[in-house]
Amino acid sequence: MGTDRSLPGRGLRWFEALTGLEGLLDLGPRTVRVADSRLGEEIARFIAVVPDPANRFPRARQGELGLEEGWTLARQLRRTVAEDRGARARAVIAVVDVSSQAYGRSEELLGIHLACAAAADAYASARLAGHPVVALLVGKAMSGAFLAHGYQANRILALDSPEVLVHAMSKQAAARVTHRPVEALEQLGERIVPMAYDVRAFARLGLLHRLIEGVNADAPGADDIQRVRGELAAAIDDARAGSRDLSARLTSAAARETRAASIAVRQRLTEQWDAP
Amino acid sequence: MSTAAPHERFLARHSFIELPARERARAILDADSFRELLGPFDRLKSPWLPLQGVVAQSDDGVVIARGRLGGRPAVVAAVEGAFQGGSIGEVSGSKVAGALELALRDCERGRPVLPVLLLETGGVRLQEANLGLAAIAEIHAAIVGLRRHVPVVGVVAGMVGCFGGMSLAAALCSTLIVTRQARLGMNGPEVIEQEAGITELDSTDYRLIWSLVGGEQRHATGLADAIVDDDAEAIAAQVRSAVERVASPRSEQVECFLERLAHIDPGNPPEPRALRVLWAREDAGGH
Repeated sequence: MGTDRSLPGRGLRWFEALTGLEGLLDLGPRTVRVADSRLGEEIARFIAVVPDPANRFPRARQGELGLEEGWTLARQLRRTVAEDRGARARAVIAVVDVSSQAYGRSEELLGIHLACAAAADAYASARLAGHPVVALLVGKAMSGAFLAHGYQANRILALDSPEVLVHAMSKQAAARVTHRPVEALEQLGERIVPMAYDVRAFARLGLLHRLIEGVNADAPGADDIQRVRGELAAAIDDARAGSRDLSARLTSAAARETRAASIAVRQRLTEQWDAP
Repeated sequence: MSTAAPHERFLARHSFIELPARERARAILDADSFRELLGPFDRLKSPWLPLQGVVAQSDDGVVIARGRLGGRPAVVAAVEGAFQGGSIGEVSGSKVAGALELALRDCERGRPVLPVLLLETGGVRLQEANLGLAAIAEIHAAIVGLRRHVPVVGVVAGMVGCFGGMSLAAALCSTLIVTRQARLGMNGPEVIEQEAGITELDSTDYRLIWSLVGGEQRHATGLADAIVDDDAEAIAAQVRSAVERVASPRSEQVECFLERLAHIDPGNPPEPRALRVLWAREDAGGH
């Protein structure tokens, strides 16, 4: 399981660093890495989606979330829930570095939307079954790939690094669809927080549980790894003590400011829900 | 069943596709049971569109209506495809998510509410990018939570179709109803052409696009549950029957779909017609 240095493999690097390659499970395509590794006092299930230049689906060779990746994530998560039934629900750590969902004609025909939905479903179902689910953003968290791998977590953590990006669409595609040059999109992002790609802007939306500062995201040393493991363990404890839904994303100070409309909509809906 | 000639039946239809979202919701619910929540007079608009020179709309392009389905309490969330392509922004997305969360709250309290989603959307509204994506994740979460209590019914009628993150919402529904005019896909054709090249997909080839992601193809390959004519009465009848069915959600059928994918050769992928044989519906007598 050597790292191909020619590939932008932040997801794999952090997966290897955090698990120490202990408790690896070899089940299915090489693009979905799974390991049961010690984290503090417990064993957690780590899951990463990584590039594989030999992936049999050519549109999912560079870290995209493709058909087999979506369904395999769903299989691994559903197995996790089944294995722990009647016992303590293991923590699940999603290591996130996904550039996009796979774009292709076969992907559409064969239901890439359903494959991504199956993964989102399995993450949400694990969370509802009491598994603390924590997403750690170490690279790109883009669009449908992030919806499938990470966005259903109880808690979202991110490394404070310029290469950690969160967005609904790649800059090039967004530029084409909105008929704007890429530079214009970047300028808009500076003015309008939800339009930005960088993780510091994302942190201002109130959706992140923690932004982990001062860590070398590209070449983490032993201290960096130890710190991130500590943050993950704390997030797991926090998730176990909290509710199983996503309501925590609306309660932070940043959310109250930037997502004021999200909160207002829910308040007014609640007032009007039952007939007067 | 009517014995009228085909053209008379066609003329007697009331097009659902031609209805705006508010009238679609009204057409689905039992007669005179429609009650809109957060209507235009509540004036909850997008705070982000005016900052970019786009005029906001006072319902942000989503209609939430309480009412009844076959006499039982229901809520309909209808996306207005005519406003910003049915795109999901902070307010419109929170309206859908918030309505589903309240339905879930009532279900958990032992007062079931039947949720119906009328999806006509290109996905995330790019002017609100990350807040649209966040709301869509919350919509997914609520659908998965609700499905443990009641069937969640989705309808994609056309002509916008259902794309992006909202195609995942459609895929999470217990029952998905489509018309021949519907399209359901993850990536819009323009985006595929941009990302993968025109040889992968020519976004102006409408015939090809419908053959890949059109309602008829989705139904024939088991990725949608029912196909109906563009008729408001027929669609409402399908919805009423769908809320009575206990379905095994497609997104939970993990081993079945992994097995199907294992038989696909990506170097020689099946054409749409061939996939209709490979993934034939069980109720169509396939194998």
